[in-house]
Amino acid sequence: MGFTFAEKILMEKAGLKEIECGQIVFVNIDHLLTHDNTSAIVSKVEEDLKKYGIISKSMPIIAIDHTVPAVDEKTASGHKKIREFVEKYEIENFFDVGEGVCHQLVVEKGFALPGKLILGSDSHTCMYGALNCFATGIDRTEAAVLLLTGETWLKVPSTIKIELKGKLNDYVTGKDLVLKIIGEIGADGANYRAVEYHGNIENLSIDDRFTIANMGIEMGAKIAVFPFDKITKEFLDSIKKPLLYKPIWADNDAVYERVLSYNLDKLEPMIARPHTVDNCATVKEVKGKIINQALLGTCTNGRVYDFKLAAKILKGKKIAKNVRLLILPASRNVLKKGLENGTIQSLIDSGGILLPPGCGPCLGAHQGLLAEGEVCVSTSNRNFKGRMGSKNAEIYLASPLTVAASALTGKITDPGEVM
Amino acid sequence: MAVFKYGDDINTDLLFPGRYTYTCSKAEEIIPHLLEDLDSDFAKKVKKDDFIIAGENFGCGSSREQPALGFKAIGIEAIIAKSFARIFFRASINQGLLLIECREAVDSYKEGDGVEILPEKGEIKVGNNFFKIPPLNAELLKIRDSGGLINYARKKLLEQRGI
Repeated sequence: MGFTFAEKILMEKAGLKEIECGQIVFVNIDHLLTHDNTSAIVSKVEEDLKKYGIISKSMPIIAIDHTVPAVDEKTASGHKKIREFVEKYEIENFFDVGEGVCHQLVVEKGFALPGKLILGSDSHTCMYGALNCFATGIDRTEAAVLLLTGETWLKVPSTIKIELKGKLNDYVTGKDLVLKIIGEIGADGANYRAVEYHGNIENLSIDDRFTIANMGIEMGAKIAVFPFDKITKEFLDSIKKPLLYKPIWADNDAVYERVLSYNLDKLEPMIARPHTVDNCATVKEVKGKIINQALLGTCTNGRVYDFKLAAKILKGKKIAKNVRLLILPASRNVLKKGLENGTIQSLIDSGGILLPPGCGPCLGAHQGLLAEGEVCVSTSNRNFKGRMGSKNAEIYLASPLTVAASALTGKITDPGEVM
Repeated sequence: MAVFKYGDDINTDLLFPGRYTYTCSKAEEIIPHLLEDLDSDFAKKVKKDDFIIAGENFGCGSSREQPALGFKAIGIEAIIAKSFARIFFRASINQGLLLIECREAVDSYKEGDGVEILPEKGEIKVGNNFFKIPPLNAELLKIRDSGGLINYARKKLLEQRGI
């Protein structure tokens, strides 16, 4: 009987020869990611840190991204506290305001590697599964203790295998696929479980994989993981530094809790309606809904690939009157590349408003929040009530193509109609 | 003792809105905003030893420990739900907060029912019905019974490094 990815990697990390679902194992992690919450995390163990020091200077990765540039004095003080911590403990991997969203930085800078185990005090840490990494979210208290010990417990999850067949159409993306899956299995459909993607994954770009893995948590998954292949290798080779890694993948005779199958050829553009991510429909079913704001970006869909998709629809055209189109690059690197290749220029010419790389409106921190009764169509990952400003606003989640098509017409629009 | 009853998919934005997440980290700052966008009376009415009863996937969404921290500081006796989202479950153990995953207990609850924990029996009483509390792994029980992960880790560090 073979093992799943989760079983194999946890077996290796825990130094065990056998493992079973539900078992609690103790592991040393490769990296801990924290962001603006680092100041709150450090406060919990200030005295302990003085006594014991941090476990390693190279293990933590810290990025200031959620409230950047600082929203007010209180967030500015939080940032200052983080910088002081970084300096005092000589943290090697620190990314200050303007570098980008933590998850994009972890993949861009070569921290998320095949066969590594990364925990982060942010639920979308699961994105690194796109690079064959075991990565999942934890709470602040656990992050605080990890700074001291580097060790924690993990429950070995059972696994859902998702078999993909075929190829996506031109107006359908990885976002549509993941929304389709979440809509079918539900917001808790993969709770406590690992999700493995199999089948024709060679037809999914690395950027589509980032989007799909990023939204694993929206079906409750502990991890959402892809195998290492040519596409993973190409991405890792593009990072200009020597990287050491050892891919891990499930055995052919691994035992799964459930096997699901999706035909990519038949997939249509999908959308999540307010106020839960699993409240999914085809874009056609909700087309015509008037929008006030369109958000293009975030760690889910804020890469050059996503902006290129949007620009394909918007190039040389103006967005509808009364629509605010926000462009939120996932990192400085994305912003630079988007400027160099003219994509961002094109989006701005169409009427887009460029925001600094970071999280901003996605979690309702600042920059582009919604008033009562307003409607936003967004490429981000959550549409919970009150998430982006007023609790009486509505958030729809969709692909960069659907968001661009909707910004163009001023109402929710299937990209197939304008391409 | 009062019981606050909610439905399915009570997410972290409903438990504690994202707009406060980088400005409130202490219990006294967190408590007034708990469940603000779902039940604006909660923070005013809730008292020590109260219970929360909810449906499926309680605590889904962000990695946001403030609700678990706030509920623990209030002295919420336990949260009883049909199921809990993973990160919230972990955060609650790490805060030393008691979660009881028991579908039958949630289904049996009617408004006005008393709720009581019978630790010696490992059961909860809801109205006149008794339900088994699902057992927790021994190591995780140690974390919860130490009053949370930080106390647990301090004990362990002291043993290992002796300072």
